[in-house]
Amino acid sequence: MPATVALAVARYRPEEEPAPTLQTYEVPFREDWVVLDALNYIKDRLDGSLSFRWSCRMGVCGSCGMKVNGTPVLTCAAFLSEHLPGPIRVEPLDYFPVVRDLVVDLSDFMRKLKKVKPWILREEEKPLAEGEYRQTPDQLDAYKQFSMCINCMLCYSACPIYGLEPSFIGPAAIALAQRYNMDSRDQGARERLEILSGYDGIWQCTFVGECTKVCPKNVDPAGAIQQYKLTSAVHWLKTLLPWGAR
Amino acid sequence: MSLGAHYTPYHPKWYRRRVSVWWWLQTWSYTRFVLRELTSVFVALFAVVLLWHIWALELGPEAYARLLVRLGTPLFVVLHGVAFVFVLFHSITWFNLAPKAMVVRLRGKRMPDWVVVGSNYAAWLVLSLAVAVILLRR
Ligand code: SF4
Ligand code: FES
Repeated sequence: MPATVALAVARYRPEEEPAPTLQTYEVPFREDWVVLDALNYIKDRLDGSLSFRWSCRMGVCGSCGMKVNGTPVLTCAAFLSEHLPGPIRVEPLDYFPVVRDLVVDLSDFMRKLKKVKPWILREEEKPLAEGEYRQTPDQLDAYKQFSMCINCMLCYSACPIYGLEPSFIGPAAIALAQRYNMDSRDQGARERLEILSGYDGIWQCTFVGECTKVCPKNVDPAGAIQQYKLTSAVHWLKTLLPWGAR
Repeated sequence: MSLGAHYTPYHPKWYRRRVSVWWWLQTWSYTRFVLRELTSVFVALFAVVLLWHIWALELGPEAYARLLVRLGTPLFVVLHGVAFVFVLFHSITWFNLAPKAMVVRLRGKRMPDWVVVGSNYAAWLVLSLAVAVILLRR
């Protein structure tokens, strides 16, 4: 095992340079260190000006997503030992505007997420006195996987379609729309249909499948999109029938 | 390639990287995806050849014999070989992706992926055998 390992970290200082550059740091190599630990070491000991986001250090908050050696990962789950020998390239997530160093701006996703109405929609709320909306384990199972999303944006960074067509709603937002569509308590599927089946929705997706591969939570956004394509196509066929839904 | 930094109301300066036209060469999985999309050209080619057969059949036995001679030339043999590989790639990659698009539930439980993939292959086998039986009978 080496004593140290080199990290080539993308730096972007908007006041000083027009485009990002790589800066190399030599950090101690430790078997139990992840890339995030190395970044924190750099920030604490070598260069306090390095900017990056993190919070939980345990794959829950979804804020530490970066590209490590070209692949979008949670840096708190990417062990240095898996990326030997160095230099290990650490870059901000693709396709989002870089604010500084490894920090990207996620407002685009936040806007899109709101558009798919990721909350339980009811035609009519039950009075409180009637108690909670109950679910069987099978009903929970129908959407649980999609509810595991931590908004880490690795899937957007892995999606070339999002890169080429920035108006595409994108994997996580569609998976989260499905999370509510598949929920037995929700009645908002019709309301979400327009945005999901519209120009920037599911049909932009050509099933590259990388979003599912990089997802740290096994959400399977690619699956959510393809399943919704089926739903949407069936709905469209029904509108063709004289007695069908309008 | 860069559009350069630019000012926006709430951020000092953003940096946006533009996607290169060679993005699909960046990783093997992207390249594989583009290849899979490309296979549709060969699937279409097979369909055209099939239509050509029907057309020649309608024109009569001499026309059909001419078609068979033409299909026997090295150019067509090579083309068919290449097309066959692509069509196989097309079928296999799509079959393997089937469980993503189709969630089959039996009594509330999700069927494992291999069942969905397996039934696709089984249907393929049965249909191929049926075609073979029809063609080889006599
Ligand atoms: S779907 Fe997966 S990769 Fe995408 S934001 Fe959610 S947790 Fe991250
Ligand atoms: S720091 Fe929270 S997911 Fe990595």
